Amino acid sequence: MRVFVCAISGYTNFEGEKMKKTLKNALSGIAIGIVNGMLGAGGGMVAVPLLKKSGMEQKQAHANAVAVILPISVVSAVIYLINGQVRISDAIGFMPSGVAGSVVATLLLKKISPKYLKIIFGAFMVWAGIRMLMK
Amino acid sequence: MDVFKLIAGFLSGIIGGMGLGGGAVLLIYLRIFEDTQQINAQGINLLFFIPIGLTAVIFYSFKKLIKWKTVTVFALCGMAGAVGGYYLSSLVGGDFLGKIFGSVLVILGISEIIKGFHLKKGEKGGTIKKE
Repeated sequence: MRVFVCAISGYTNFEGEKMKKTLKNALSGIAIGIVNGMLGAGGGMVAVPLLKKSGMEQKQAHANAVAVILPISVVSAVIYLINGQVRISDAIGFMPSGVAGSVVATLLLKKISPKYLKIIFGAFMVWAGIRMLMK
Repeated sequence: MDVFKLIAGFLSGIIGGMGLGGGAVLLIYLRIFEDTQQINAQGINLLFFIPIGLTAVIFYSFKKLIKWKTVTVFALCGMAGAVGGYYLSSLVGGDFLGKIFGSVLVILGISEIIKGFHLKKGEKGGTIKKE
């Protein structure tokens, strides 16, 4: 059903170039969804470069990535809930401070210089990845 | 109330709200510090992202940063992809998923570091090349 809606949304633009772009966006969306549904995270890492390819500049891509991942995460979360992989009570404790962090993020996004953020966050990811591989 | 939980939530909220990996920080915290099962941690991360993402999207849309037309195509197809993604995760199983997640983190982490070094010091927004 969703694949059908997805195909329709790809075909609403019939002009050649526009349709090509929409189709590319549709395929990008599917890729983001697969990563998000499979790993429960990382959709943003995939979405940002793909949104940039569709013609957005860096900051705009970050903002739009959140908007793309939100409905995808809702679908993924519902599937996880239905299959008993998670309970809402598992997650609720993290939410209040998470929302506060999110507000801070929206205020910082326009001001922050991402050079050091990227290096620090990258180093953290490498460390965490190695720890996970050794588990 | 666990202080570490608060801090993990706050940091994940910042990173997630910025569109940096949909809040992978929480997933990492759960796996490394709380020893949560991989699939359960993924589910928590997904649930966690809903209020965080919603807050950020409301703010961004007030700032007129969201291009709804593009977002709609990405999101509709992404929802279909998510169903496929969950199916794949149940085929692969928790332990191996953890290894995949770890490998993805190492690869993306290295690429983030490289991208970081390519940016100029004062450059805002990190546009490396403009098309």
